[in-house]
Amino acid sequence: MNAIFGIPTQALFGQLLIGLINGSFYALLSLGLAVIFGLLNIINFAHGALYMMGAFGAYFLLTKFGIGYWWALLISPLAVGLIGVAIERLMLARLYKLDPLYGLLLTFGLALIIQGLFHNEYGSSGMSYPVPQALQGAKDVGFMFLPIYRGWVIAVSLVVCFGVWFLIEKTKLGSYLRAATENPGLVQAFGVNVPRMITLTYGFGVALAALAGVMAAPIYQVNPLMGADLIIVVFAVVVIGGMGSIMGSIVTGFGLGVIEGLTKVFYPQASNTAIFIIMVIVLMFRPAGLFGQR
Amino acid sequence: MFKRSVFVAAYLALSAGAAHAEFSGGVIKIGVLTDLSGTYSDISGQGSVIATQMAVEDFGAAKKGMKVEIISADHQNKGDVASSIARQWYDRDGVDAIVDLVTSSTALAVNQVAKEKNKVALVSGAASSDLTGKDCTPNTIHWAYDTWMLANGTGSAIVKTGGKTWYFITADYAFGHALERDTTAAVEKAGGKVLGSVRHPFPSSDFSSFLLQAQASKAQIIGLANAGADTTNAIKQGAEFGITRGGQNFAGLLVFITDVHALGLNTAQGLIVTTSFYWDLNDQTRAWSKRFFEKHKRMPTMVQAGVYSSVLHYLKAVEKLKADQDGAKVIAQMKAMPTDDPLFGKGRVRQDGRKIHPAYLVEVKKPAESKAPWDYYKIRTTIPADQAFRPEKEGGCPLVK
Repeated sequence: MNAIFGIPTQALFGQLLIGLINGSFYALLSLGLAVIFGLLNIINFAHGALYMMGAFGAYFLLTKFGIGYWWALLISPLAVGLIGVAIERLMLARLYKLDPLYGLLLTFGLALIIQGLFHNEYGSSGMSYPVPQALQGAKDVGFMFLPIYRGWVIAVSLVVCFGVWFLIEKTKLGSYLRAATENPGLVQAFGVNVPRMITLTYGFGVALAALAGVMAAPIYQVNPLMGADLIIVVFAVVVIGGMGSIMGSIVTGFGLGVIEGLTKVFYPQASNTAIFIIMVIVLMFRPAGLFGQR
Repeated sequence: MFKRSVFVAAYLALSAGAAHAEFSGGVIKIGVLTDLSGTYSDISGQGSVIATQMAVEDFGAAKKGMKVEIISADHQNKGDVASSIARQWYDRDGVDAIVDLVTSSTALAVNQVAKEKNKVALVSGAASSDLTGKDCTPNTIHWAYDTWMLANGTGSAIVKTGGKTWYFITADYAFGHALERDTTAAVEKAGGKVLGSVRHPFPSSDFSSFLLQAQASKAQIIGLANAGADTTNAIKQGAEFGITRGGQNFAGLLVFITDVHALGLNTAQGLIVTTSFYWDLNDQTRAWSKRFFEKHKRMPTMVQAGVYSSVLHYLKAVEKLKADQDGAKVIAQMKAMPTDDPLFGKGRVRQDGRKIHPAYLVEVKKPAESKAPWDYYKIRTTIPADQAFRPEKEGGCPLVK
């Protein structure tokens, strides 16, 4: 068998694929953050907590109402998106005229409160959420045993990421959005309801986090801390990709997933730090991030 | 960041005319230093605080005219945070004994602080057998369980049923290293072989990469030298990657009843686990656990049971000595007296600081066998107290002459 640096190539392919799966989650989450930051200038620290709420949403739907995974994929993001809308209307909307730092503090505080409430109620070990019937089992793809559900995660994530990119960068609605961030007064003068658009954008970004949460529920334990574990990495992804750059967050999300996957083979102890080392290097040479313009 | 929550439960003395004991600051102060917010908060956490309160109540401190105060804090599973809280407690806040100490890195740190300040540390949460080996001190007792007990129970039992080759997925800190080391010794002693290991950062949520490496090793048994959410995530994702269908089996080396509860019996069934406490052992454990459940809404783990037992014995020793200032003296008294409580039965504390009691090799029930919530374990073997722990002279503790 061929080997690269002492690792069999087959095993290496397996690890690359797994990196891609983790990258899917990074991409989905950083995408929501990038949309919110790029269009609203809010650093949404509550993103991890909202991702966790998405997963809990799926769990509640199943255990309390007997509603399965497929509907949860729709209902949970909608519900969490509505909570997002409420957060934006009631709290964030009051902060737009202030320094972005206030938004950061507010969302950070919210994240701690939400996590604390769930932790108090459900403890730290979390709950199990089953893989949906249709996606159970695994497929032998030659170099590894690929669980069908993981393949599904990659597919959905790619479709959603490029759909969002297309929506914002290539459609008329997207151009309104971008114009509204550049010059809200002017866009309002053309008859567009800018505050409502901003509210919906925040709701949309939050719904993306919840969608990632529902997708994560069958893989990880549904656990109050699941967002806190992930959010730091996701912020690093956004910073490396370039704050607010949609394409940047998608490409870096997948790319860093793969790099992290490789670290887990060559030096597993460092797999939690690899991404931050890359962040330091990128910030030294390109302070605006790989795809950033500002 | 120094997050600290303090729950105070003061049990006022009935200042009857009886001869008053000399307690430092007029009060016996017990600090529960634990994980109140992180991955180990279900196995210890608030439940350990409740167990401490129950021990003080059951001891009847108020009736005996002893004033006992309980405080607690969150060490966030970090050794540096734990030792700075311990210093502050011992120096400034008049804490006499620190209990629980989940996470080996925090226990090893506080172990040193307790010795330096000549106070008491009663470890139930942490697992590293080094606490009664090379790091043993005259100020620490290791109560509920340790890595040697787990390795000896689960490791040798699995080798005997045919699991000869092993691969470890190990949490990369003091506890994981100790558990891997002790299990390797137990497996090799029983005639098995260790093919390799991979060390993952603590805590981790995605184990797929490590599972693939374990799969590639072709070992019969994948030993999980980790705990809490790390273990449950690894087992859950292992099912996804077809580990058991491929003919490999997991050995969860440290699995708590709350982990089984979190996984659900469908995923956890058939796991072989070593534990020193189970709520459904006898009438006494059932009665106590029922009281605990009413307060905490979860059944007690062996850590929480250990906290209760250790606090009870500590109070007995302090009552006998009528003093709590000299930590080493209190510990010596605890070693001199036999232990007896409803949870672990009769036992004793050895010179190296190891509390001795039986351990149980249990199997997680199939969903059909479980009659009620939390009815999870079948007892396979009881390992008698004198065999459950590492022989005193093999640990390398300098206190053992």
